[in-house]
Amino acid sequence: MANDPIHQFVIYDIFSFGTIGGDGTEGSGISLAFTNSSLFMALTTLTICAYLILTTRRRGLIPNRWQLTSEMAYEFVANMVRSNAGTEGMKFFPLVFSLFMFIFIGNMFGMIPYFYTFTSQIIVTFALAMLVMTVVVAYGFIKNGPKFLKLFVPSGVPGYIVPIVTPIEVISFLSRPISLSVRLFGNMLAGHITLKVFTGFVVSLASLGAVGIVGAVLPLLMGVAITALEFMVSTVQAYVFAVLTSMYLNDAIHPSH
Amino acid sequence: MISPVQAQETQIEEAFDPLEDHVISLEDSPDGQTHIEIGAHGEEHVTGVFPPFDATTYPSQLLWLVITFAVLYFVMKRVALPRIGVILEERRDRIEGDLAEAERLRQKTDQAIASYEAALAEARSNAHAIAEKARTENKAKLDAERAKVEASLAKKVAAAEESIAATKAEAMGHVGEIAAETAQAVVAQLVGTVPAESARDAVAKVSKE
Repeated sequence: MANDPIHQFVIYDIFSFGTIGGDGTEGSGISLAFTNSSLFMALTTLTICAYLILTTRRRGLIPNRWQLTSEMAYEFVANMVRSNAGTEGMKFFPLVFSLFMFIFIGNMFGMIPYFYTFTSQIIVTFALAMLVMTVVVAYGFIKNGPKFLKLFVPSGVPGYIVPIVTPIEVISFLSRPISLSVRLFGNMLAGHITLKVFTGFVVSLASLGAVGIVGAVLPLLMGVAITALEFMVSTVQAYVFAVLTSMYLNDAIHPSH
Repeated sequence: MISPVQAQETQIEEAFDPLEDHVISLEDSPDGQTHIEIGAHGEEHVTGVFPPFDATTYPSQLLWLVITFAVLYFVMKRVALPRIGVILEERRDRIEGDLAEAERLRQKTDQAIASYEAALAEARSNAHAIAEKARTENKAKLDAERAKVEASLAKKVAAAEESIAATKAEAMGHVGEIAAETAQAVVAQLVGTVPAESARDAVAKVSKE
């Protein structure tokens, strides 16, 4: 049981708020609860807010190293948004920054043993991706009106190719929320399963006696390597999500390619 | 989290790829329902579905995602990011101000150096002019003095030469007489007295030869 690599993704209620609707049987209606996943979302939000506010409390002209980390995060995301979506994209800087920090800290919490990784939940990543796409489409139409649809008709394309290119563009646009959410979900899920499987081998082999302990060295080394890899993946996935968000926002701001 | 498990759990533990095993188990279920019971925790959602695809957890997750992300967004937008932005802006302004001040001071220094060098060049040319003037003046004075001294010396030389010539002439005048007297005395010693007249004639005769 301890070695079950799927168990780490199980959601359980910390306290339940009961069920809305349904016929009273198990699984019917909408049950709302504060779950382990919710706990770590709340912890993530709390950590980010507390960290950023406490480290900048001094408002030092010359930053200490804590304040410097907050400023670096700010500058990092600000440069990302500015280079991908232009100065006008800075309107969405708080959104991209929140997304980046939420995913980044969520992933990092996931690396701590016994902590829950809410970014390994497809519904969470899909909801975040849909939030991005909703903002893109809404802002695109509000700012550009029907001209936003130019996004699907690349300029400079000969007329007879348009009927072929436009459906491709539409499909690629529609697949964005899916690729955005599945990429993050898949990376976190696969990474944590791999980690658990390899470290599970260590425990199983070590319980087999002397030969097993020798044999357990290899998966142990793999476990260490994969842990390092997972830290990198956690960071890179948060970065990728934020960069793609900036690029999609750029489409909303400047729809004609 | 360790809790009673069903038979398939052992399968999972032994399987190399647990995901694959799940798929097999799902397919193998006779009643079409999944039986992968993953820990019958008190409050766990035990529907047996692969946890991320367990739709019964979605409403709670969405609810708390919306709440936590909304709080995060609000705090970032209203508190944290403006604060960091202000800090960075103040620092940028301060640095720019300091740079401008440094530039201003540098220009001031350059001006001071330029005026100092101009004054130095002027002083140098003044000194040169003064030295030149003094030199010409001295030279003129010296020349005049020398001319005066030379003139007076020439006069003195001329006077001396004159007196020497007079003395010489006078001395030459006496030479004949002395010689005659000497000759008379010599002759007197040798042959006896001779008249002065003949001695003088003899000397004159000798000195002519």
